[in-house]
Amino acid sequence: MAFEMPTETTESKIREVSLGTGDVKVGGENVLPFYLFDGQMPNRPLIAVEVCDDNPQGWPPAVMEPLADVISDPVVWAKKAQDEWGADLIALRLKSTDPKGDDKSAEEAAQTAKSVVEAVDVPVIVYGAEDVEKDGEVLKAVATATEGKNVLLGPAVEDNFKTIGAASLGYKQSVVAKTPIDVNLAKQLNVLLSNLGVDVGSIIIDPTTGALGYGLEYSYSVMERLKIAALQQDDGMTQMPLIADVGWESWKAKEAKAPASEFPEWGDESRRGVFWEIITASCLLMAGANIVMMRHPDAIKTVRKVIDSLM
Amino acid sequence: MALTGLDIFKLLPKTNCKECKQPTCLAFAMKLAQGQAKLDDCPHVSDEAKAALSEAAAPPILGVTVGNGESEFKIGEELVLFRHEKRFINPTAMAVLIKDTMADDELNALLDQAEKDSWERVGQHLGIKLLAVKCESGDTGKFTDVLKKVSDASKLALMPMTEDPEIMSAAVDAVGDSHPLLYAATMENVDAMAGLAKEKGLPLVLKGTDIQTLAELSEKVKAMGIEDLVLDPGTRELRKTLEAMVAMRRGALNKKFKPFGHPTITFPCEETDDTYFEGALAGIYVAKYSDIVVTSTPDAWMQYPLQVEIQNIYTDPQKPMAVDAKFYEIGTPGPDSPVLVTTNFSLTYFIVSGEIEASKVDAWLGIVDSEGQSVLTAWAAGKFVPDVIAKFINTSGIAEKVNHRKLVIPGYVAQISGELDEELPDWEILIGPREAADISAYIRQLVAA
Repeated sequence: MAFEMPTETTESKIREVSLGTGDVKVGGENVLPFYLFDGQMPNRPLIAVEVCDDNPQGWPPAVMEPLADVISDPVVWAKKAQDEWGADLIALRLKSTDPKGDDKSAEEAAQTAKSVVEAVDVPVIVYGAEDVEKDGEVLKAVATATEGKNVLLGPAVEDNFKTIGAASLGYKQSVVAKTPIDVNLAKQLNVLLSNLGVDVGSIIIDPTTGALGYGLEYSYSVMERLKIAALQQDDGMTQMPLIADVGWESWKAKEAKAPASEFPEWGDESRRGVFWEIITASCLLMAGANIVMMRHPDAIKTVRKVIDSLM
Repeated sequence: MALTGLDIFKLLPKTNCKECKQPTCLAFAMKLAQGQAKLDDCPHVSDEAKAALSEAAAPPILGVTVGNGESEFKIGEELVLFRHEKRFINPTAMAVLIKDTMADDELNALLDQAEKDSWERVGQHLGIKLLAVKCESGDTGKFTDVLKKVSDASKLALMPMTEDPEIMSAAVDAVGDSHPLLYAATMENVDAMAGLAKEKGLPLVLKGTDIQTLAELSEKVKAMGIEDLVLDPGTRELRKTLEAMVAMRRGALNKKFKPFGHPTITFPCEETDDTYFEGALAGIYVAKYSDIVVTSTPDAWMQYPLQVEIQNIYTDPQKPMAVDAKFYEIGTPGPDSPVLVTTNFSLTYFIVSGEIEASKVDAWLGIVDSEGQSVLTAWAAGKFVPDVIAKFINTSGIAEKVNHRKLVIPGYVAQISGELDEELPDWEILIGPREAADISAYIRQLVAA
């Protein structure tokens, strides 16, 4: 007997969210990730290249080397990411504002954000230092400084969503809503943001990323469950596109950083960390990430090839 | 997919005779559905019902065992499409490709590395499971020589690869005792190849050119009475392979399409020459239903991350992974180094130990048995509470290893510090940060003070 492919079609789809002021869109699919035999995925998942504003120190040589000539200048870094690594988006991380670190002012960080937004043509994501209180202040200043540029601000969390949501609403920006690996908490934060007046069509969910070996399976399953709820149960509060913080989390893993001299059994350190990032990104794309934030140029190149081959 | 109690009830005599010791046929059906009764307990059940019920009880995807003794592993028997629904059962087996045309030193280096690909992580042993030895030379003698060499040098299971039944027959004569997986039967060689597998009682890969030809091939071989099968859709590009993997898993589980009720194999090594991309393909096939994944290299930088992925994806979502409860040395701690405690949820351990490492401060990290729960959950469940922590500290021998008596507890359980003080009168209880991200700064400050 001939086999008939059992397809699963649905009337529901992920919301299409516009990023920046051009024609870059994310989401819009009515299928599980890359299941093009079931339906359509009108927009490719996007690679957001991570740029930090605090001249990061102590990253392992494998990732410091390709970034050496740009790491101290977020504008140069962002331009190189766009022009040479083909960034779909820039993900600017304002780590310099961290009260436990340099504790730079919101105004200074907002100027950096403005310079980056003006220097590149691709849409920009701006993350704070992930300090609940300071982020509110910083992202509000960023929203003001980049008014009308439709920057994706985040992450808004339970304890600061009002400030960040209001800033995004007031200055025509979009917002990333971050919750700790839980479908219901993700839905709840989206409800709270929309009660505030934030357009549900301008929200991206960050369900929290666990890197390979550090909770990847939790992020993987929560993303799958969010997509299934969105598509099969038509749950409007799960129909936002998803973002995964891949580069940051992957390069924190001991296995990505450790020198081969200490752990010879883990193999070539110049490739191991890159591959740690590739696997984390590939898995989360298969689970449902619409945007992956990434760091290493070789990992970015490979993951782009993965997306190209799947579309 | 298992039948419900009501499905089973429809097949029973509905006489409520009670001879099965249940009050009604419906009650008996419910017990059957829960696996708490056997169909044989009903003396009146019809043969048709028996057939229908045993059919429904058969696993939708059969298991296949490859290798024997130390090299043995099992694949298949999967029951779900998504790991959160139940769990994925038999972890993907990673295989490395060997060609019989490889130079001796290249082969030796590969075998040496494959042997070294062995890791312990969260109490599990991880490593490559299978060596795929391909006949590229077309020369029977050369192929069997390499097979024998590989078999002698390695403890891993074997998969001889040739589509020529005569060469395969020689391969089976050479290494058949190790219960190898034969690759592959195709539409062209099926009678001879499947005949050989059946005669020798060895598992066999079926290779199609797409899922349609694979379905035909599988039906044909199953009709010969062979069930020890692994399926290769023959696709060699990501998009088509993904579609084939999903089609087969859905077919087997949702449509009960028997020809696809077997484990699957994929070949990233034949899909690209770019090693990073090959590794990414392997990672995707691990997540998307491939039971064996064949790569071109045993290099640890690729294999170790893939093993960690397999461990992550095949973890039981209902049962958190736990690390052993004991004191761990972070760096090279001495008598003055700080002492911290937390729970034995593997993620808690990994993240806390990672943050301490990042601080470059040597420390003693005590991991208390909290049944794999994280700090707050364990506290709420009474698994990470003063008497448990005190007992751990008192029996751990840490007091002999350090000359101070300062114990750091997670900030999230600050409320237990008073009671813990009473349980551990010799110790001063310090309250650490709530978030792991703040540990590094905290511990640096602690030793500076």
